[in-house]
Amino acid sequence: MDRIPILRMGSFLLVTIQVDLYDRLALTLEADLVQMVNKTGARGVLIDISAVSIVDSFMGRIVGNIASMSKILDAETVVVGMQPAVAITLIELGLPLKGVHTALDVEKGMALLKSMMDEDQETDQEEIEDGPVVE
Amino acid sequence: MVLSLSKDTIQVVKEQDAVFLKNRVKETATKIKMGLVNQTRLITAASELVRNMLRYANGGRCDIEVVSSGRNNGVRLTFTDKGPGIPDISQAMKDGFSTGKSLGLGLPGTRRLVNEFDIKSKIGEGTTVMVIKWANG
Repeated sequence: MDRIPILRMGSFLLVTIQVDLYDRLALTLEADLVQMVNKTGARGVLIDISAVSIVDSFMGRIVGNIASMSKILDAETVVVGMQPAVAITLIELGLPLKGVHTALDVEKGMALLKSMMDEDQETDQEEIEDGPVVE
Repeated sequence: MVLSLSKDTIQVVKEQDAVFLKNRVKETATKIKMGLVNQTRLITAASELVRNMLRYANGGRCDIEVVSSGRNNGVRLTFTDKGPGIPDISQAMKDGFSTGKSLGLGLPGTRRLVNEFDIKSKIGEGTTVMVIKWANG
């Protein structure tokens, strides 16, 4: 069976979709990815769709699902490299992909994920500093 | 007046046929020099309609035609199935309505992506959906 490979890069998972997705492939990816997030404790998922020429309502829903599922497993999802024509069709179709972070390319996507992790750490530290002092 | 210049019929019975169909639609659209954005709209529309046909009617057939009207060239897709039919078409055309578990964007979304859209359905006999995308429409 066809599968889309998921690569691990530090605390992030990297997925590059190089083929046109069909429904079952997308569903397998969704399941694989969520399991990988859980298994590796990844903090971020980067999905590169620069080679995908068609995203219809089903694929759009899968991308949204991956983002929400990862979110409740404490990982952020960034979708990168969307083709302009795909962005146009998604909006006309009525699928604004709310809750999914996007970036223009892989480099910017990585930077975005890193900045989100940094912010996370800062707020964690503030909470520790502001916490009650036990004497 | 819409004239049909060429016709190609594809039977769709399984999911992989959808991939083949989308490639064929793309070839046809490229042949009449349709721009990339319109091609993407048309193929996305085809993708939505073929999924509906597979999910609700266990497949059917799709006619791909090159059509012309005056100076305009375009691609007409006609999806015909022998499924259960749609009881209330106006409801099915509303955003967010679905009898399955989907988002309910397929039919209304498709209508927004193409230039002409027509749907006919008879309970117990099947459904026919026709869409046209003009090369520069």
